[in-house]
Amino acid sequence: MGLAKRIIPCLDVDDGRVVKGVQFVDIRDAGDPVEVAKRYNDAGADEITFLDITASHEGRDTTLHTVEQIASQVFIPLTVGGGVRTLEDIRNLLNAGADKVGINSAAVHNPEFVREAAERFGSQCIVVAIDAKKVSAESEPNRWEIFTHGGRKPTGLDAVEWAKRMTDYGAGEILLTSMDRDGTKNGFDIALTRAISDAVPVPVIASGGVGNLQHLVDGVIQGGADAVLAASIFHFAEYTVADAKRYMQNAGIEMRL
Amino acid sequence: MTEVVAVIDYGMGNLHSASKALEKVASGQTILITSDPDQVRAADRVVFPGVGAIRDCIAVLRDTGLDQAIHDVVAAGKPLLGICVGMQALLARSEENNGIDCLGVFSGQVSFLGEMLGETGNKLKVPHMGWNQVQQGMAHPMWAGIADNARFYFVHSYCATDVPESEVAGYCDYGRRFAAAVTRDNVFAVQFHPEKSADAGLTLLENFLRWQP
Repeated sequence: MGLAKRIIPCLDVDDGRVVKGVQFVDIRDAGDPVEVAKRYNDAGADEITFLDITASHEGRDTTLHTVEQIASQVFIPLTVGGGVRTLEDIRNLLNAGADKVGINSAAVHNPEFVREAAERFGSQCIVVAIDAKKVSAESEPNRWEIFTHGGRKPTGLDAVEWAKRMTDYGAGEILLTSMDRDGTKNGFDIALTRAISDAVPVPVIASGGVGNLQHLVDGVIQGGADAVLAASIFHFAEYTVADAKRYMQNAGIEMRL
Repeated sequence: MTEVVAVIDYGMGNLHSASKALEKVASGQTILITSDPDQVRAADRVVFPGVGAIRDCIAVLRDTGLDQAIHDVVAAGKPLLGICVGMQALLARSEENNGIDCLGVFSGQVSFLGEMLGETGNKLKVPHMGWNQVQQGMAHPMWAGIADNARFYFVHSYCATDVPESEVAGYCDYGRRFAAAVTRDNVFAVQFHPEKSADAGLTLLENFLRWQP
């Protein structure tokens, strides 16, 4: 009896539409984020993360409207990330109904932003998203660096040190993505997940590389993750959230069933 | 006449979730988000949500006179539901922000979760974030239709301690057992977020809208 590990489906949303194709068999509109969020809620998802990849400035209003729609109909926690740069961005998202806001590159450009955000809105709603890539050679001790621009641009920041600094500044949770594994379906970078999870006092969400249900178990048991985020295995209906929960529970992990 | 359910707005963030969830389960009641102490007093039921730091929360309540409105609602015997920091604000004192006197509707204290965990030697993450089980400490109309040990969504770094056992409506375990729900007469307060706790949370809110203490 105790705190359950969480399963978090992630939706990539561009100008109010879910992209990277969600393929539910019997869904009316797989591009509608509200519809998709409702389906995941019904399937037992513990939270939903919504990654806004809208490029245009005008698209921001669409995003707020979408968040409002989801929050009126889906009563589980909703995290929104992507393009969050100012305190006003955060306030708008929270007012629209987001429970947590993910900060990524804005934290790299201006770490103080995370401190200000946590002071203003509380650590509980500030998630710092970290995109890390292994930079050490095979013969060397593991070392990961923070990358921006979808993994193309190195920053010179050590991932473990960066995660510690972000939690010192008030991040209430870390969303950790391995850029080496993202999209590969080869599983999480377990050593990275373990290194970050052991280094910070706050919950860590593992992301990047899930290809099967054993990967989720490994992220929690070997990696020490408090939550696992996945997109494609759920979107393409390879597995349901309920399948994943049963599998993880059978592996001895406490889940909300 | 239509019942009015006031959701207290004291500028501390996300009221959308609480009011939307109440609207979802309301049957005929009007859900009114308000920062006006008189509207809070005039309401038939009051929801007192909260996120953020307790110092800011208590300061705003005192500046706006909402603290007195809450005391008046308690004294008038109207149903009052505290949520998260709203529950903490109803206790006597919090050690957050170097010690803050709270509203004192309940006699317990609010303590940092991390220090309590230190005694057990377990390395548990703070904030306590996610779905945990609530063991019902008593039979109560607010628990109607909710299984014992049902899971609710928690996000907090501080928790209630030293609440008299007769007032603990529910317990949660996170390194140590703490009061996840407290109640006395017409007041019920929860550390978790019913508005984010899927079916179990919506049932609790529906129970609140029907509760006749």
